[in-house]
Amino acid sequence: MTPLWAAVVVACLGSYALKLAGVSLPESVLGHPGVQRVAALLPVAMLAALVAVQLFDGGGRYTLDWRTLTGLLAGLVALLLRAGLLVVFVVSIAVTAGLRALV
Amino acid sequence: MRGVEVRGVESFKAPVLRAAIGIGIYAGAFSFSFGAVSIASGLSLAQTLVLSLVMFSGASQFAFVGVAAAAGSPYSAIPAALLLATRNAFYGLPVSEILQPRGPARLWTAHFVLDETTAMAVAQPTRGAQRYAFWATGLILCTLWQCGTFLGARVGAVIDPLTFGLDASPAVFLALLWPALARPRARLVAGAGAVVALGLVPLAPAGVPVIAAAAVALLAGIIPRRSAA
Repeated sequence: MTPLWAAVVVACLGSYALKLAGVSLPESVLGHPGVQRVAALLPVAMLAALVAVQLFDGGGRYTLDWRTLTGLLAGLVALLLRAGLLVVFVVSIAVTAGLRALV
Repeated sequence: MRGVEVRGVESFKAPVLRAAIGIGIYAGAFSFSFGAVSIASGLSLAQTLVLSLVMFSGASQFAFVGVAAAAGSPYSAIPAALLLATRNAFYGLPVSEILQPRGPARLWTAHFVLDETTAMAVAQPTRGAQRYAFWATGLILCTLWQCGTFLGARVGAVIDPLTFGLDASPAVFLALLWPALARPRARLVAGAGAVVALGLVPLAPAGVPVIAAAAVALLAGIIPRRSAA
């Protein structure tokens, strides 16, 4: 098994285990206010980190592809206009792809 | 009593089913882009399909392929995907209350505990409608999720994803993050998470900066709020 396959299998089983824990653990564990606060903030911190890293990380050093940035900003405008997730993604992709084709 | 229940059941099915199909189509298009991005990130068709079938959680899947593509070791993609999947465990609370799965029923119910199924279930007024909404949304979404992934992966294998901007996934994460940013405390945590991750980019191995951002959430969750932020 290649390392990538092993990572896929472990991450898949772990993800399922988390869902199973959710429908199996007693409410006293998952219902704890502190636990719930951390759980609500985990995706916020990590998704923001993913945006930042995908934008600026060029393999351990800082880079910035202005076409990716422009695509992201176009996505941001779509979000401000209350567009859905899919529209945001398509707008962002189209802008980045368009700039790459033209410039 | 029985007659009333049956009439009630009939009246809620159609609108719930329409909403579930809408969510499913949306999810199918989302998984199409996942399929293409996954192939572009260097995963095989089989690995891409396994992620959609078994992990079956959009944000975690995108995070997994994003970190796996950037990192020297694919293992750093595991904690990134799993930390994002922890929210599914908390959806288990309302879902258990609604469906009350016992014994082996927990095994297959668990697989369908997602953002969409939980939101659809808790939005219904009666227990019967809640159960119907959970399963209708779960089964339709799961089916279209797999179809979308397969088609996206096939398209991703033919075209050059870089040319088509398909590596521009920061927009996906921004869009997933967006609704949470309505709360001031979440904006603070998002900003701090991004800063911590960026600061670690030249220092830590690939994948670690994203995982380190989880510490910000841990701190912010433990420290009691001073104001009603």
